[in-house]
Amino acid sequence: MTKPRVAIFDLACCEGCQLQIVNMEDDLLNLLTVIDPVEWREAMSDQSTIYDVAIIEGSITRQADEIKVMEIRQRATYVVALGACATMGGVNKLKNNFAIHDVKKTVYGEAANMPHLDTFTVKALNEVIEVDFEVHGCPIDADELVHVVKCLLSGQTPSAPTHPVCVECKMAENCCRYEYDELCLGPLTRAGCDARCPANGFWCFGCRGFLPDANFTAAREMAAEHGKSLEDLESKLALFGSK
Amino acid sequence: MSKTVDIKVHHVTRVEGHGNIRVRAKDGAIEKLEWQVPEAPRFFEAMVRGRKYEDIQTIVSRICGICSVTHSLAAIKAIERAMDTPVTDQTDRLRILAHYGEQLESHILHVGYLVAPDLLGQKSVVPVASSHPEVVQTVITLHRLGNTMMEVLTGRKTHPVRLVPGGFSMLPSAKELRALKQELVDSVPKLTALAEVIASLAGGIPSFTRETEYVALVNEPHYPFYHGQVGSTDISELASVQDFEDIVNEYVIPQSTAKWAKWHREAYMVGSLARFNLNAEFLAPLAKQTAAMLGLEKGCYNPYMNSVVQVVESVQVVERSIELIDEILTVGLRVERPDVKIRAGVGAAAVEAPRGILFHRYEFDDKGECVSANMTIPTNQNHGNIQKDFEALVPTIIDRPQDEIRQVMEMLVRAYDPCISCSTHYLDVEFV
Repeated sequence: MTKPRVAIFDLACCEGCQLQIVNMEDDLLNLLTVIDPVEWREAMSDQSTIYDVAIIEGSITRQADEIKVMEIRQRATYVVALGACATMGGVNKLKNNFAIHDVKKTVYGEAANMPHLDTFTVKALNEVIEVDFEVHGCPIDADELVHVVKCLLSGQTPSAPTHPVCVECKMAENCCRYEYDELCLGPLTRAGCDARCPANGFWCFGCRGFLPDANFTAAREMAAEHGKSLEDLESKLALFGSK
Repeated sequence: MSKTVDIKVHHVTRVEGHGNIRVRAKDGAIEKLEWQVPEAPRFFEAMVRGRKYEDIQTIVSRICGICSVTHSLAAIKAIERAMDTPVTDQTDRLRILAHYGEQLESHILHVGYLVAPDLLGQKSVVPVASSHPEVVQTVITLHRLGNTMMEVLTGRKTHPVRLVPGGFSMLPSAKELRALKQELVDSVPKLTALAEVIASLAGGIPSFTRETEYVALVNEPHYPFYHGQVGSTDISELASVQDFEDIVNEYVIPQSTAKWAKWHREAYMVGSLARFNLNAEFLAPLAKQTAAMLGLEKGCYNPYMNSVVQVVESVQVVERSIELIDEILTVGLRVERPDVKIRAGVGAAAVEAPRGILFHRYEFDDKGECVSANMTIPTNQNHGNIQKDFEALVPTIIDRPQDEIRQVMEMLVRAYDPCISCSTHYLDVEFV
């Protein structure tokens, strides 16, 4: 594909993944020599309805968003889901653990019944449209986005790791978080982050999503062996793993 | 001759999040004039209920990618208050240093990438990179430095890893801090150069003024971002952070997707200009000098100057960061394990986000699980003031061409550096 027209869109999110694109700094200027940005509301005033690649950040939380992403899907040759909110709902899905009326009342109190305060169950992008490529993480690592762009330009299919964070954590020679008497989701979570959180003295909380073949039974046994309550494990699993 | 003005800006660009501007006027008579916020609602206050105290900062950091250190710190301070957990001077200094990194990164992003194109007559930073490459290189260097500070201190540029209740999950090394100090020292001439560029473009900044109430942290004799009580230009005494709901007085109105706030008047302003109007005399020497060079004086009532004050504050945080690193290295880094004794309790905290004062409150049960939460976001506090500015500004420019009116209004919204994704309170409204 020669100099694809790229549009970047955002739904419900913190826009931290777009920030990682800005944070590429000089590399972003280099990237702009091989792609043609036609819409990026956060950084540009230009707008367009013609594009080859749509990069979408954020979760779907209302009907208007569903219609918007279906329109984008029709226009774009490729749709890229950018970051945890788009790939799996991210922390936004914590909301789905509560009844909608309860969520609204908690935030808006007596005003909760005003008709304009409505909200819906949070959905990831692939629950509404077909997604061609996913860039995982909260936030994303810009290198992974560059990998996807390179693959698109050269006609290859980008791939994400299929092994758990523990593999990269061991390679980085980090001490296991269980040795610090902590719960860690590294055994269940898709690698590709170089075990960033354990390398910084913190447990993995699953921001890249659980592996398709993640062994939850073994994770529960491991937690129990270390004297951890299953309740606490479930609590951690809910952070980025709510449905 | 009859003249109709009809402006519908759907999703103002080059701001963080979604906002609309709506103006309708006939023969100079304004029929409709609204600042609207249709950002998707996210409901963090409801979502954190039942979560463990140790996971709260991980969740609420995700309220905003551009203020993620500030949100983490506000949560951690509130948790430490609720659980009566003291922290060491070392933790305090390292947190402030990380927080300065976020101020620098966010301010440079706003001034350099989002506002400068307006002053240079461009639609984005992309053409500016060709027309003014040296300016863009300066912006890139300074922006990267802010990110480096957060990376060294918190383990990541966005969504900090190491900031935890009770202290840090991991410390930077003395070597990393020394290297960071050198980068900060080297950045000073670049900051001065950026300030000079902004000074040379200041003619493009609208001369609109409207005095309002300014609200920010006050902690004499400092120019505070992290510690302090709540000050207002309308009162002489300070208000306690623990009673912040009595300060922000949030209310829901049908015309807006956001809760608005008011204290002593119909609306107030938070952010760099508010901090400057309350604390300017406590700026560090070079920051003070930069303010003078940019023609800023305490009692500045032009909201467009908020972006200019961000340049002054960028100098301020770099100057103070150099001193802080010296203080940390002189004392020597000690390994400290965060130690939180779980107990039931409630606590509130305030921290200055780059775009204004941020409040968090949490209540925990005796298992350390969150029972309730309340957060008041800087941009929510500014929405009412943006509307009031519109009402004062637009009648004075309504005779100008429609495109020019739109541009001046968009620039006003941008000057507030709104962070609309900080959307805990935001509602979902279909506008006409």
